Amino acid sequence: MSAVTIELFLQQTVNAVSLGGTYALLALGLAIVFSIMGMINFAHGELMTISGYTLFYCGLAGVPFIVSVPLAILVAMLAAMAMERIAFRPVRNSSPATMLVTSFAVAIILQTLFQNLISTRSQPVLLPDILAESIAIGDFLIGVNKLLAIGATIVMLLFLNWFLKRTAVGVAMRAAAEDFPVARLMGVRANAVISGAFALSGLLAGVAAVLWVSQRASVDPLMGFVPVLKAFIASILGGLGSLTGAVAGGFLLGFIEIYLTAFLPEALQEFKEPIGLGIVVLVLLWRPNGLIPAAGVGTEKV
Amino acid sequence: MPLLDVTGLHVRYGAVDAVRGIDLKVEEGELVALLGANGVGKSSTLNAIIGLVPVAGGAVRFRDEDVSRVPTELLVRRGLTLTPEGRRIFAGLTVEENLSLGAYGRRDAKAVSSSYERMYGLFPVLTERRQQLAGTLSGGEQQMLAIARSLMSEPQLLLLDEPSLGLAPQIVETIFDLIGALRADGITILLVEQNVAMSLDLVDRGYVMTGGAITASGSADELKSSNLVEQAYLGGH
Repeated sequence: MSAVTIELFLQQTVNAVSLGGTYALLALGLAIVFSIMGMINFAHGELMTISGYTLFYCGLAGVPFIVSVPLAILVAMLAAMAMERIAFRPVRNSSPATMLVTSFAVAIILQTLFQNLISTRSQPVLLPDILAESIAIGDFLIGVNKLLAIGATIVMLLFLNWFLKRTAVGVAMRAAAEDFPVARLMGVRANAVISGAFALSGLLAGVAAVLWVSQRASVDPLMGFVPVLKAFIASILGGLGSLTGAVAGGFLLGFIEIYLTAFLPEALQEFKEPIGLGIVVLVLLWRPNGLIPAAGVGTEKV
Repeated sequence: MPLLDVTGLHVRYGAVDAVRGIDLKVEEGELVALLGANGVGKSSTLNAIIGLVPVAGGAVRFRDEDVSRVPTELLVRRGLTLTPEGRRIFAGLTVEENLSLGAYGRRDAKAVSSSYERMYGLFPVLTERRQQLAGTLSGGEQQMLAIARSLMSEPQLLLLDEPSLGLAPQIVETIFDLIGALRADGITILLVEQNVAMSLDLVDRGYVMTGGAITASGSADELKSSNLVEQAYLGGH
C-alpha cells in the first residue's frame, strides 16, 4: 500500500468510528428500552428531531451553543419520558405488535406536527465555526466535529457502563431487563425503572442528535428517520436487546458504510446500500442472534 | 392474630380456576408446608399472595392488613417476600449485585451491610464467588443465592417455592438443613414442596392441596401418621 492510501484509509477509519459511534449511541437507546419493555421504539428518531429543533430555535434566539447543547439533550430526555407516560404506559402489557404499531403512530404523529407547526423544509442550524475546522496530524486532516463525535461517544459509553454497573438504579435496570417480575419482587418499581430506561434512551438520542446536526448543520421533520433505521439494523446486527451487541453492531455498520463509500469502485457506488445490507445479511446468516446476543432473549417482560 | 391469613382465595387464568377458595394461616415463627402434586395450584397460591398474579376472590391479610391489592414491589417493604420456583437469579449479574437487589428498598446502609455479613456467614460458598456472574454458579449454589437474595430484605415471612426442584439429592439435603437453620433463626416460612417426606420431617404444620383446593391439613405428625397425603396425591389426578 502506498503512503497516500494509508492516509486515506486512516482518514476513512476516523469517519467510520465517528459515524459508527453515533449509530452505537442510537442503537443503545433502542436496546435499553427493548431489553426492559420488549418494545422497539420507532419514535426514537423523533427524539433526535426534537433535539435538532431545540438547537435550531436556540440558534434563532441567540443562545450560545455551549448552552443549547445540554438544553437539546435535556429536552430529548423529557420528551422520551413524556412519550412513555402518554403513549407507551397504556399499552405496556400488550403484545409486541401493539407496542410496535403504537411507536410507529407516535413517530408519524410527531413528524406531521413538525411538518405542520414548523416547516416541511429543512432548517439551518447555526454551529460554532470551530466545528467546521480541521486539525492536521502529520499529513492527514481530522475534522473537529469528527473528533468531538468520537470523544462524546467514548464519554457516553463510559458513563453508561458506570451507571449500569455502579449505581443501584442501574443494577435494578439490568435486573429488570433480565427478569422483570423478579425485579419487582425485589421492590424495584416498574414505573420508575421503565421511566428511567426512557430517560436514558432520550439522553442517548439527544447526544446522537447533537452529533448528527454537527455534521450537517440542518434539521428537518424526517431527520431522525434514517439514522434510527440504521440504528435498528445495527441493534439486530449486534443482537437485539444486548447492550454490548448494540455498540458492536453500531460500529460495524458505520465501518461497512464508510468503507464501501470510500473504497468501492466508482461503477459500484450506486449499489453501496444493497451491498452494505448484503453484508449485514451475511453476518446474520453466520450469527442468527446477532454478534453478541442478549442473555435473556425470550424471557417474560413486565 | 396470624402473620399471614388467607381466606377464600381464588386465582383464575382466563377460564381456568387454578385456586378455588382456599383458607390458609401462618403464625409468627412457624414453618408451614403447602404440599401437593405438580399443577394443583401451590405456586399460584404463592404468586397471588405476593401479587404476581391477581387475586380473583377472597382476601390475603398480612400483619392484619389486607394486601390483596398491594402491588408486588411494595410488599417486600412490608416484610413479605418470595423465593420463586426455578430460582430465577439474575444470571448476568454478579452474586453481590444479586444480593444488593434483595436489599433494594432498604435505605439504612449499616443494617444492609450487616445483612451482607449474615448472608456470607450463612452461605460461605457465596463469599468466594461474590464477584462471579450468578449464571456461572451450580444449581445448588444458585438456590442458596436465591434464598440469600430474599433474606437480604429481612423479611418477616418468606415464601419458598420448590427450593429442591431439579437439585441432586445431597444438595436437596443441604437446602433442607438450611431451611431448618432459618427457622431456628426465627424466620417464619411458608414452604411449597413436592418432596413430601422431607418436608414433613422439617415443618410444624402442613396443608395438602389437590385440584386447586385444600383437601387436608394438620400438624406434621398428624399428616405423617395418616394416609391423607397419599390420598391427595393418588386421588388428585
